Amino acid sequence: MMRKILSQSAAVAALGMSLLPAAHADSGWGLLNMTQGVTAMSRQIYGLHMLMFWLCVGIAVVVFGVMFYSIFTFRKSKGAVPDTTLVHSTTVEIIWTILPIAILVATAVPAATTLIKTEDLRNSQLTIRATGFQWGWNYEYLNSGVNFFSRLDRASDAARQLGSGIDVTTVPHYLLNVDKPLVVPVGTKVRMLLTANDVIHSWWVPAFGVKKDAIPGFVNEAWFDIDADKPGLYRGNCAELCGRDHGFMPIVVDARSPEDFKAWLAAEQTAEHPPAADASAPAASAPSN
Amino acid sequence: MAYNDHAADAHDHDAHDHKPHGWRRWVYATNHKDIGTMYLVFAGISFFIGGSMAMLIRLELFKPGMQFLDPQFFNSMTTMHALEMIFGAVMPAWTGLANWMIPMQVGAPDMALPRLNNFSFWILPFAFTLLLATLFVPGGGPAGGWTMYPPLMLQGGAGFPMTIFAIHMMGISSILGAINVVVTIMNLRAPGMTLLRMPLFVWTWLITAYLLIAVMPVLAGAVTMLLTDHFFGTTFFTAAGGGDPVMFQHIFWFFGHPEVYILILPAFGIVSEIIPTFSRKPLFGYEAMVYATASIAFLSFIVWAHHMFTVGMPLAGQLFFMLSTMLIAIPTGVKVFNWTATMYKGSLSFEPPMLFALSFLFLFTIGGLSGLMLAIVPADYQYQDTYFVVAHFHYVLVPGAVFAIMGGIYYWLPKWTGNMYDQTLAKWHFWLSTIFVNVLFFPQHFLGLAGMPRRIPDYAVQFTDWNQVSSIGGFAFGLSQFLFPYIIWKCVRGGVRIGNRAWEGAHGLEWELPSPPPFHSWTEPPSLALIQRGAAH
Repeated sequence: MMRKILSQSAAVAALGMSLLPAAHADSGWGLLNMTQGVTAMSRQIYGLHMLMFWLCVGIAVVVFGVMFYSIFTFRKSKGAVPDTTLVHSTTVEIIWTILPIAILVATAVPAATTLIKTEDLRNSQLTIRATGFQWGWNYEYLNSGVNFFSRLDRASDAARQLGSGIDVTTVPHYLLNVDKPLVVPVGTKVRMLLTANDVIHSWWVPAFGVKKDAIPGFVNEAWFDIDADKPGLYRGNCAELCGRDHGFMPIVVDARSPEDFKAWLAAEQTAEHPPAADASAPAASAPSN
Repeated sequence: MAYNDHAADAHDHDAHDHKPHGWRRWVYATNHKDIGTMYLVFAGISFFIGGSMAMLIRLELFKPGMQFLDPQFFNSMTTMHALEMIFGAVMPAWTGLANWMIPMQVGAPDMALPRLNNFSFWILPFAFTLLLATLFVPGGGPAGGWTMYPPLMLQGGAGFPMTIFAIHMMGISSILGAINVVVTIMNLRAPGMTLLRMPLFVWTWLITAYLLIAVMPVLAGAVTMLLTDHFFGTTFFTAAGGGDPVMFQHIFWFFGHPEVYILILPAFGIVSEIIPTFSRKPLFGYEAMVYATASIAFLSFIVWAHHMFTVGMPLAGQLFFMLSTMLIAIPTGVKVFNWTATMYKGSLSFEPPMLFALSFLFLFTIGGLSGLMLAIVPADYQYQDTYFVVAHFHYVLVPGAVFAIMGGIYYWLPKWTGNMYDQTLAKWHFWLSTIFVNVLFFPQHFLGLAGMPRRIPDYAVQFTDWNQVSSIGGFAFGLSQFLFPYIIWKCVRGGVRIGNRAWEGAHGLEWELPSPPPFHSWTEPPSLALIQRGAAH
């Protein structure tokens, strides 16, 4: 039932958006709304957002309608005479108290259902720990020995300096590119463990519908499960003010097929723990050449 | 009484009214009108200082890439802009209006505690001088956001203890001002001015004063713990020593959420005065308005954690704070509906105060509706710390609180000066402000939804277009504000003289006094007939 409401509201939303001036959806003037994202959860959140949006539009149309009607009809300049007896009505007060309660209950149900799902961390298939620091992220693939840092890429970093003289529009993915992205498999429930080692940061990838604070001394959890048919690069930012270079702390996630991911992880393991060079411990898995 | 009979008494009367002149009149001020004026002037100066910081922010954000400001200085601008506007502009403006109006509206000669009144004002210039001085010390101004979250805030330089001391002084000033308001309303009402005959501005300020007394000490406690964590080796908020950085956020927002109602409740009061006046019809549902204000104040204490849905609270906590936050929509809705019903079947005219009140009504409602969206936790995960939030709270604070203050000043300025101001210019001020406040803040909804985080000095290039629109709106809005002090100055200097009742439909005790009112507002309590005429609801 709720899923139906949400998908319907998403459809209505798409219709509404299509009425807006035609523009490229991913740049400039066309950037008007939340992304639908690439996970079932992000789409559900989008549906909830659109449900609330249209509800607010509906309320605004009714309330503003009455206001504009009053403003244009009951003008002194048009000879309107005030009805000074119209000062109280218990019935009306009760109606406009009860009606909003009913609307709120109706929206609280899908909101609560979705919220409960976002907190369901069971059955995750891969766990990655992200540690925020000033200013970048450290990613550790638990129990695999793979661990690396991910910072703003050099091209963006050079261009963003005060008076750099570099036209930032020529830098690919300016401020949204890193030296080494987080690699994850699609079609897999990935659990993120979030913490920080200096100040509070926040790990946000809009396309996944995930934003969770990374707090020193605490470990927060979040999860996402990218659609199996949507590998690609997904970009986000640190979302909690964390000092001077807070604005220069992007997150890039490289979503690959599970096979590609496995191959990548194996290569990383080899790179991080190169087979010992001395002959007494020949590495069985080392490629021969 | 004929004047001649009292020629001999006149001297005594003058002696009674004796007040110091020149600078002493202001430094030694104990008169509610003089102190109210000083508060309002102070608020105006802060508004322009905080506004110029906003102009720097919008200048840097006009284009992607760093053009003018160092990122650390940018962060201190966002931090100081908020502190200036909240503690320096909006709160002193409300206290100034309370000083001017509450004694006149409840039939009192002055505020109950005039010397305390002087003290609570004169703390402020020192507090803000200290805060602004942080910009010139090693390490610069506070740059951790006005929310001052540790551990980031603890990284501050020499400006850190100065900021905290400044906040302590602002808090003391607010508490003393609030005590004065409560005592005046409780003890100095004229006989017959029962609680349910009080004007709504007095009611909303009474409730605001209780909120201030309840939460300013909480803020003082929170920043004191920051101070001891930094200098005395405590670890209230340091995980390594067994503390909890998130606890600061809980304490801060336990102050911070009632604080946002401190900023907006008096606005509800003013709008509830202006709309009936220019609708020529008493306020619809007076008692419902009072109860709705009290409900909002109560709810404001149990919704604080909706500012921190992404910190990783237990599910039950998130559900509780989502539902309690949604409840606020109910009394807020009641208020909006009652204002609308007041206009319904009225006889409306559109002088500058009414224009600002109407702008408040529409644009505050937009801010309220985006607030309802923000209450929905899963969606809030996407909104939190983006420009969507920036758009939301600027809609409730600029066309909300600030427009109500401007409307209130345009409403009562003729009473204060005895002169009508230039209404044509004031209408220009209104239209420029209303148009450009939307050009400034509406696109920020788009930016936030499209993924632009807040508190960043630079952004990815796809956000350029709407940021430029927003900046242009910001510059135009900022420039338009220079009309405001000019109009006020011109009105103080002279203008068309007005009678007791500046506006045809105005009711309330302040309109029974001469314009400008005598130095001591009601030296004799107003008669019951006057009170009943004023409280025609």
